[in-house]
Amino acid sequence: MGRITLDKVTKSFGEVNVIPPLDLTINDGEFVVFVGPSGCGKSTLLRLIAGLEDVTSGQIRIDGEDATRMPPAQRRLAMVFQSYALYPHMSVRKNIAFPMKMAGLPEDEQKRRIDSAAKALNLTDYLDRRPGQLSGGQRQRVAIGRAIVREPSAFLFDEPLSNLDAALRVGMRLEIMELHKRLATTMIYVTHDQVEAMTMADKIVVLRAGNIEQVGSPLELYREPRNEFVAGFIGSPKMNIFGGNPAQQHGAAKIGVRPEHIAASTETGTWEGVVGVAEHLGSDTFLHVHETGLAETVTVRVDGELPVKHGDRIFLTPEADKIHRFNEQGLRA
Amino acid sequence: MATQHARSAARLMLAPAVILLLGWMLVPLTMTLVFSFKQYLPLRGGDLGWVGFENYVRFVTSSAFWPSIWATLIIVGGVLVITIAFGIALALLLDQPMWGQGIVRILVIAPFFVMPTVSALVWKNMFMDPVNGLFAHLWQFFGAEPIQWLSQASLPSIVLIVSWQWLPFATLILLTAIQSLDSEQIEAAEMDGAPWRSRFIHIILPHLSRAITIVLLIQTIFLLGIFAEIFVTTQGSFGTRTLTYLIYQRVLESQNVGLGSAGGIYAVILANIIAIFLMRIVGKNLDA
Repeated sequence: MGRITLDKVTKSFGEVNVIPPLDLTINDGEFVVFVGPSGCGKSTLLRLIAGLEDVTSGQIRIDGEDATRMPPAQRRLAMVFQSYALYPHMSVRKNIAFPMKMAGLPEDEQKRRIDSAAKALNLTDYLDRRPGQLSGGQRQRVAIGRAIVREPSAFLFDEPLSNLDAALRVGMRLEIMELHKRLATTMIYVTHDQVEAMTMADKIVVLRAGNIEQVGSPLELYREPRNEFVAGFIGSPKMNIFGGNPAQQHGAAKIGVRPEHIAASTETGTWEGVVGVAEHLGSDTFLHVHETGLAETVTVRVDGELPVKHGDRIFLTPEADKIHRFNEQGLRA
Repeated sequence: MATQHARSAARLMLAPAVILLLGWMLVPLTMTLVFSFKQYLPLRGGDLGWVGFENYVRFVTSSAFWPSIWATLIIVGGVLVITIAFGIALALLLDQPMWGQGIVRILVIAPFFVMPTVSALVWKNMFMDPVNGLFAHLWQFFGAEPIQWLSQASLPSIVLIVSWQWLPFATLILLTAIQSLDSEQIEAAEMDGAPWRSRFIHIILPHLSRAITIVLLIQTIFLLGIFAEIFVTTQGSFGTRTLTYLIYQRVLESQNVGLGSAGGIYAVILANIIAIFLMRIVGKNLDA
């Protein structure tokens, strides 16, 4: 079980209000990702759930039980930190055993759980090493192992992949997702990387300045962003957002079109511009088009083979049913 | 990459410092060695010639020798235990966020800036004086008989004075060590269900072990040679005659340079044994 409910939770540090009243329900077994730019309060929110910070007001319930004033150890949550927070003077085995030792589990049960966690995480050969002798990915797995053996009702991940290099990050991402499928335990995952959010989440919570901007599945957020912020944050490359004349033609204060929903042609089209940088990725090419009169730069995703280069004139046509309209307040119209 | 030229230039430029240091160390050491094999009584005939190992035998067989070793060990050991235990406690307290942290930290370090002679005199006259000292007044306030600190409890008194001087040093080193502890480790331990006591034993103390060995090493080396505190308080009486003080007495009070020099060589050997022993522990600790 791992159903977590936040009821009008607020947090202020002195005068600074980091999290205004916030409601959120996380269902049992869900993979929830908190995503937002730096300083949006996503880590603070996670620490409130973990019990590492006290809430200023409001209530946190875990499986229906009021956990607002519960010390972290009693919430049956396990956390994986950004710095891994392994105990450097203990071997991997002792690191993983530590929470069980604190809980007073019998030795043979401890050993059984360590062995199964080590097997699941490919750590069997490293059990007697110190964290300092391991690579970043291995340390990350030890941290996850230390979380698994507690058999918690939910896992909390605080930007766990941001210290890994790009290739390793993709691998660890898959491992964490597989772990979630196997354990079917609630996981809350904090990241500033929208790609991680899109690929991993059952449910994404987009945060800005402590406010929840939108909650939904990755594709819901992609298809129907509730406001301009979510529209710009979810999706890569970023959505193009234009105001002024072209927006008024569509009866909105602002319109947004994703780079992949614009067709490019060298002969005709709705808008016209000059190619600035063309990023060739092989499968796709991202064009940064200038002098369109819409915005300083319009990003377009085109076929990888389209032969365009810096300085070429190009014509752009948006897909009519993929245009997002926003009103004066930036809300979806 | 150092070229041949750069390397010889570096050697040349280092030479004055190295020669000065070597001279500073070697000249007194050689002179002590030479004197230790001589019968040398400055006021009673001067240099009376070589006597072999007689000074060494006399120094060790003197009734004052073993008590002085004990006094040394008790003072060094006592001060180490007190400064490290209280140093850890103070460092933990000073690490907490509080109002006026900067000023409090400077105040804690202050005793280290007071010269040993001055602090020993202040303790002797202001606190430990059996008639006018603050302790005497405190004892009288509760109707107790004031303790004659420096004669009745001479060793503890000296340990107290020296600990007061060295506590800031230990606190400072341990405080920086505590501040370098990753707060996420403590939080992880908290999530892992470790109560404060377990967090201290399993996380904080192992993290401090390196700093503790450094405090141990540096303090031991300096504490073996404390002199001023004994000189201005008990003058070596009431069982406070340490090895250093005994050597001083042999040389200056008995005017027997040869005997004192032999004692000095013993002290050098003792200090080196302890230093090598500690270096090995520290080396092991610093590798990990």
